[in-house]
Amino acid sequence: MKKEGQIRIPSGCAIAAVISKEGRRMSGEVVVNAMMPMHDRSNGLGGGFAGYGIYPEYKDFYALHLFFDNRTVRKDCEAFLKERFEIVKSEHIPTRQIPAITDEPIIWRYFVAPLSSVVTLMQVDEKEFVARTVMKINTELKGAYVFSSGKNMGAFKAVGFPEDIGVFYKLDEYEGYSWTGHGRYPTNTPGWWGGAHPFTLLDYSVVHNGEISSYDANRRFIEMFGYKCTLQTDTEVITYIMDYLIRRQGLTLAEAASVVAAPFWSTIERKTDPAEKEKLYFLRSMFPSLLVTGPFSIVLGFTGGLMALNDRLKLRSMVVGEKDDKVFIASEEAAIRVMEPDAENIWAPAGGEPVIVRVREGAI
Amino acid sequence: MGVEYIYPEFEVIRNENRCITCRVCERQCANEVHSYSPELGIMLADETKCVDCQRCVSLCPTHALKIAKSPCTYRENTNWQNDTIKEIYKQANSGGVLLSSMGNPKPFPVYWDKILINASQVTNPPIDPLREPMETRVFLGKKPEKIERDKKGNLVCKLPPQIELSMPVMFSAMSYGSISYNAHWSLARAATELGIAYNTGEGGLHEDFYAYGPNTIVQVASGRFGVHEDYLMAGAAIEIKMGQGAKPGIGGHLPGEKIVGDVSRTRMIPEGTDAISPAPHHDIYSIEDLRQLVYSLKEATEYKKPVIVKIAAVHNVALIASGIARSGADIIAIDGFRGGTGAAPTRIRDNVGIPIELALAAVDQRLRDEGIRNNVSIVAGGSIRSATDVIKAIALGADACYIATAALLALGCHLCRTCQSGKCNWGIATQRPDLTKRLNPDIGSARLVNLMTAWQHEIKEIIGGMGINSIEALKGNRLMLRGVGLTEKELEILGISHAGE
Repeated sequence: MKKEGQIRIPSGCAIAAVISKEGRRMSGEVVVNAMMPMHDRSNGLGGGFAGYGIYPEYKDFYALHLFFDNRTVRKDCEAFLKERFEIVKSEHIPTRQIPAITDEPIIWRYFVAPLSSVVTLMQVDEKEFVARTVMKINTELKGAYVFSSGKNMGAFKAVGFPEDIGVFYKLDEYEGYSWTGHGRYPTNTPGWWGGAHPFTLLDYSVVHNGEISSYDANRRFIEMFGYKCTLQTDTEVITYIMDYLIRRQGLTLAEAASVVAAPFWSTIERKTDPAEKEKLYFLRSMFPSLLVTGPFSIVLGFTGGLMALNDRLKLRSMVVGEKDDKVFIASEEAAIRVMEPDAENIWAPAGGEPVIVRVREGAI
Repeated sequence: MGVEYIYPEFEVIRNENRCITCRVCERQCANEVHSYSPELGIMLADETKCVDCQRCVSLCPTHALKIAKSPCTYRENTNWQNDTIKEIYKQANSGGVLLSSMGNPKPFPVYWDKILINASQVTNPPIDPLREPMETRVFLGKKPEKIERDKKGNLVCKLPPQIELSMPVMFSAMSYGSISYNAHWSLARAATELGIAYNTGEGGLHEDFYAYGPNTIVQVASGRFGVHEDYLMAGAAIEIKMGQGAKPGIGGHLPGEKIVGDVSRTRMIPEGTDAISPAPHHDIYSIEDLRQLVYSLKEATEYKKPVIVKIAAVHNVALIASGIARSGADIIAIDGFRGGTGAAPTRIRDNVGIPIELALAAVDQRLRDEGIRNNVSIVAGGSIRSATDVIKAIALGADACYIATAALLALGCHLCRTCQSGKCNWGIATQRPDLTKRLNPDIGSARLVNLMTAWQHEIKEIIGGMGINSIEALKGNRLMLRGVGLTEKELEILGISHAGE
């Protein structure tokens, strides 16, 4: 049977997320528990979480989380990393051995700072350097896989049910100002840890529920810009699209949302504000190959915020709720109620309408 | 001399019980096949002149006529087939180059027919165009590498010039001269009504049709016929014709008989002179020369018009396209070897060039590999026969398709492949006033609009079935295609998997 990456595997899913607009840190348990009532949206073949603000003591360093198939490839990879980075800490990611999670690879993390001489030599900025290094490891170093590469954030994922994965990674011992979670329902997969969500690049993480019909159009376009879709998953390509639009093109979140979930031409034509109309028209005709069609609900995590977005027809469920300084997002209201029984203002955002939540400036 | 006699290819079969000797067939046949015998009181037929255009069959009020392939053949021989033998006889008779029209009829593989399309089941819902919006609008033209912002941080919403199309299909180049005034008028009106574009070909733009400028692509070919400032400014885009799928490596030929009246005026050449376009543009002997012509045309039109470079699909088409994508062109049109023509040397039409499916796949992949796919849009033509051909072309990587033969069929063409004679009984590929008036532009344009509307419905339904609700999400989406009965190599070039994979 072909492994994920050699073949495209569609999957249904559950997603959940929480953020404190005041930057108050919460235990990872909050979002792990949110996955429980949505158990039937996963089938035990993948799940994961991303937390922001979880490494305050190493916040100036890129936190690289890696899976290694064996010890040899870890050594090789470390040698490679040393050519490019100063490694300030290297350790096993702590886990709890539980019967529900088996066959784990070697799970490692490094806190690193790019060597400025190497960055200068490549004539790119630091983030681009890190992104390229991640691509290089994931495509060229067989048996090594970087699954998280941002600063003061980290992804934790595995094959299993999400609530077990949370226990496995001891997420109750981490605290972050925002968390996203994912349970996966792939139609068939031999189960590879790297294929689980969230998918990340730098500090962007994406959890996603859906199966996009534009996949290959998006993939073949984005691969022109140095991204390599090694997993053939929607989440991976959406992450790269977001990175391309936001970091490389400099679009705002809302602008990026109106590229990937572009309003229909008829909607654009009905807009009364000429400036908005012009802008939407421009973005759609400038980036036609980044329109994402087919069902999706995603939560994009980034430093200092979250963005939730549905496809323009809203073919996947997604609800948002609030309570005090917190905003909750999930595939089902039940998950929000677990996180906060008294959640208020629960609503289902319209298709293509981004919900952008940011931590108050200065709070983190 | 008996050796020169070639038995007619077709038989005119007249049901005498039905024939009322109304002589419609006689009046309708510009080839003068039919005649009335007063002595016998019956219609006669000279089958040596018949081209099987089906005009008489279609107009016979009592359906008394049919045209059949003649069963009189040479002794069967796999190597020396009938057509091959006849062509030898013809050349021995005349000493001339064999001429043909329309696209390559030889049994080369049609890859479109070996590619199948995907649809959604269970994991992702098909979308119903009757109930949900389904978009087919496309923009052709260069996309900038980066967005820009003004000092206040607002997006600068300016793109290089684009062609906006309501659906990803355009009418391909057919010159006024090779086809009639009414045919051109039908195309221009239909393109305008549909919100797409038609193409003047290399014969210039008749002054009556400047009104359709926003839906017109004006062509500049190696003969430069009919090219002047107003002409360039009139269109929505300018196309430099470097080559044509039906006859790569040679220029267009229009015999002097067709250069009459307005055709001569529009082409800006004297009546009755043959319009022989040179094989190359004599100012383009290399890629850097092309760049100069692209920019000359842009200068002349104040950078307001996208420039298309049209090439025939030849062996190294991907490299050529890559050169063009770096030459300042906004759009590349690739014309496959099955593309049509008003006249071409038979040997060239049937043996030179490569299939559009392979050329398109190779070009799209090459431009992506080089990271320059966004520099240009790609238009694929030669030959696109149906809505599903369009869908497959877009999924392979085209931005839009050119159709010409299909458009002519809508106008009445019956593909008899003798346009070069100038005696088109359907009033399309002729300049004879008694014939051109047979094509009513009201009906012609309505039929073209019907055809395109039908294709648009089909496109919407099929992409909806894939779970796609806008055509741009189909572009280059090769995962939506599977091959059947193709070799590993063919699949590799097409960049698709085999059915079942």
